[in-house]
Amino acid sequence: MPKGARGPRRGGGLAVLVLLLGLAAVASLAVGARSLSPSEVWHGLFAEPTADQRLNEIRLIVQTVRVPRMVLAIVAGAALGVGGALIQGYTRNPIADTGLLGINAGASFAVVFAISVFGFADPAQYVWFALAGAALAGAVVFGLASLGRGAGNPLTLALAGQGVTVFLTAMTTAVALNDQASLNALRFWNSGSISGVGFDVIWPVTGLIAAGLALATATLPSINLLNLGDDVARGLGVDIARSRIRGIAAITLLAGAATAACGPIAFLGLMVAHVARHLTGPDYRWLVPYAGLLGALVLLLCDMVGRVVVRPEELDAGVLVALLGAPFFAALVWRGKLKSA
Amino acid sequence: MSGLDVQPRVAAGVRFGRVSFVWRPRAVLVTALLAAATFAVFCVSVSIGDFRISLPRVVATIFGRGDPFDEFVVMDLRMPRALAGLVVGIAMGVSGALIQSLARNPLASPDILGVTGGASAVAVFLVTVSGGASAAVAGTVGLSTAALAGGLGTGLLVYALTWRRGIDGFRLVLIGISVSAVMQALTTWLLATADIRDVAKAQAWLVGSLDNRSWEEVRIAFWCTLVLLVVVVSAAFQFKPLHLGDEVAAGLGVRYSAVRAVLMLCAVLLAGAAVSAAGPVPFVALVAPQIAMRLVGSPTPPLAASGLAGALLLIGSDLVARTALPTALPVGVVTAAIGGPFLVYLLVRANLRRRT
Repeated sequence: MPKGARGPRRGGGLAVLVLLLGLAAVASLAVGARSLSPSEVWHGLFAEPTADQRLNEIRLIVQTVRVPRMVLAIVAGAALGVGGALIQGYTRNPIADTGLLGINAGASFAVVFAISVFGFADPAQYVWFALAGAALAGAVVFGLASLGRGAGNPLTLALAGQGVTVFLTAMTTAVALNDQASLNALRFWNSGSISGVGFDVIWPVTGLIAAGLALATATLPSINLLNLGDDVARGLGVDIARSRIRGIAAITLLAGAATAACGPIAFLGLMVAHVARHLTGPDYRWLVPYAGLLGALVLLLCDMVGRVVVRPEELDAGVLVALLGAPFFAALVWRGKLKSA
Repeated sequence: MSGLDVQPRVAAGVRFGRVSFVWRPRAVLVTALLAAATFAVFCVSVSIGDFRISLPRVVATIFGRGDPFDEFVVMDLRMPRALAGLVVGIAMGVSGALIQSLARNPLASPDILGVTGGASAVAVFLVTVSGGASAAVAGTVGLSTAALAGGLGTGLLVYALTWRRGIDGFRLVLIGISVSAVMQALTTWLLATADIRDVAKAQAWLVGSLDNRSWEEVRIAFWCTLVLLVVVVSAAFQFKPLHLGDEVAAGLGVRYSAVRAVLMLCAVLLAGAAVSAAGPVPFVALVAPQIAMRLVGSPTPPLAASGLAGALLLIGSDLVARTALPTALPVGVVTAAIGGPFLVYLLVRANLRRRT
């Protein structure tokens, strides 16, 4: 396909995704245990407090429940999508997911630690532990993988991540098996949920993710070159070690912040990275924005579906991403639509 | 080319009639050491318990020359557990080595075949959902058997979905990961909605354990594993060239599609045998081949050494769990706590030694 013809098409696709995301965002304000009409959503967003009890209630629902969920779903989904695309780019492994660097295992262990040692019970309290745990695990994995002369060799990185994940998961299980409070919190934490987090958590998390996105944007051109092989990339003037350090830092920021706020949402990053590659081709300057938008869209839609399928209960978004996304993804693979990285 | 006559260093070949192989002293030595260490830990594991039996008596009893009392303690009480550890470790290690080779991906393990995921989902369903059909199933066929059926069913589903005029490594890992993700999500969801007492019970099953093994369970797993290993070994000579790529393998006379299909089926069934004997002990299959590869110094996971590394890891961890730890922990936890850091250590050591 001629290069010139592809640019506008990919740009158009990006615009369509933004439009779809906007529509889904608006719809997510209306859908829930209590459905709201468009005019009610409007009131809920912009009306001043009035004497009308019903309007006040709607205002409360929209502003304190639905808007935070929408923002978090978009931010976390985009972070996991971009993180998934980046980790596949850096490790050149099609089954690399954002949990690979020990981030999910570190966050889970920190949560269990916070509960069993400090007795925290509220998710808002252990969010910060989760964030610290994710960052620490990511840093340890990267540090171990870059000791000596390997300098972030993709395979060493992936395997070191697995080793650390294995160890931390064992520690988490050991604590959870002997402490029922931890086990109880862990099972809810593991299912990955968008709800129950306020703006006091969302803003800092968004800040970290924005920093991660900025860093990711700066590394995009060099991923393309790195995928030509280390020698070619070096010949073309890429500082390989520096590019990898930046990339891994970006992934840790993105996935760590998203995981801290929502719990581990497996499979999302892996899936959207492959779908994005199918849509854009292997150019990471296009692939990564597509993956981010797709991630946000999928997480938002799954969160909406989760609110209505078992009303008045809710099904967590993390579970639904796998239950709905995986069969769809498997069908794509089965029909031979996806190509390897 | 500059005309320099460079002789590459090639390992010596050995030929006996129609059988030939490459003589790699380090591989043979490491494999022999692993086997010896596995046997030693096996004997120590059998000798230690509430009542201690000295090592020579253990060895004598194993070879059928012990007194009746030793015979009872060793063969009836302790042997099922130790043998279960041995069989599960070997099955997991070989299964992992096969998958990592077939998928040409060091991150692959039987987990991505869906065997452990499917077994876990079924077991957690039976434990957490009380009454009705689930109680009937658990009552008639037992938890382990039902879980095994779920695991093998899921594994065969992955196999069927991957099969399109042959098994392709890339399709295998992506389909496998998708199916496993569904099973994982179901498990998570069941745990999140269940009664907390059932959750503790389910969690204990998920970690995998060697406690209270009976001779019947172990015997089935043992014979299944043995038969499968014979199949794997007989296909192993065709297996090596697959690492060179399909075209080269075909050129060397390997029917790669058939070989790969048979070996992958073996990997699924080996993982099933392991799950039936100990539950889904996590990580052994992932870590053991990578450890074996680095100990042997081979570029691909070696089958024999992977199986032995898995067995050593599992029975060694079981020994540590029973004797050295203050609280009782299932073997799966200890295996991961030892295997993970050891893999990291090997990686770091290799990195520090690398010269360029």
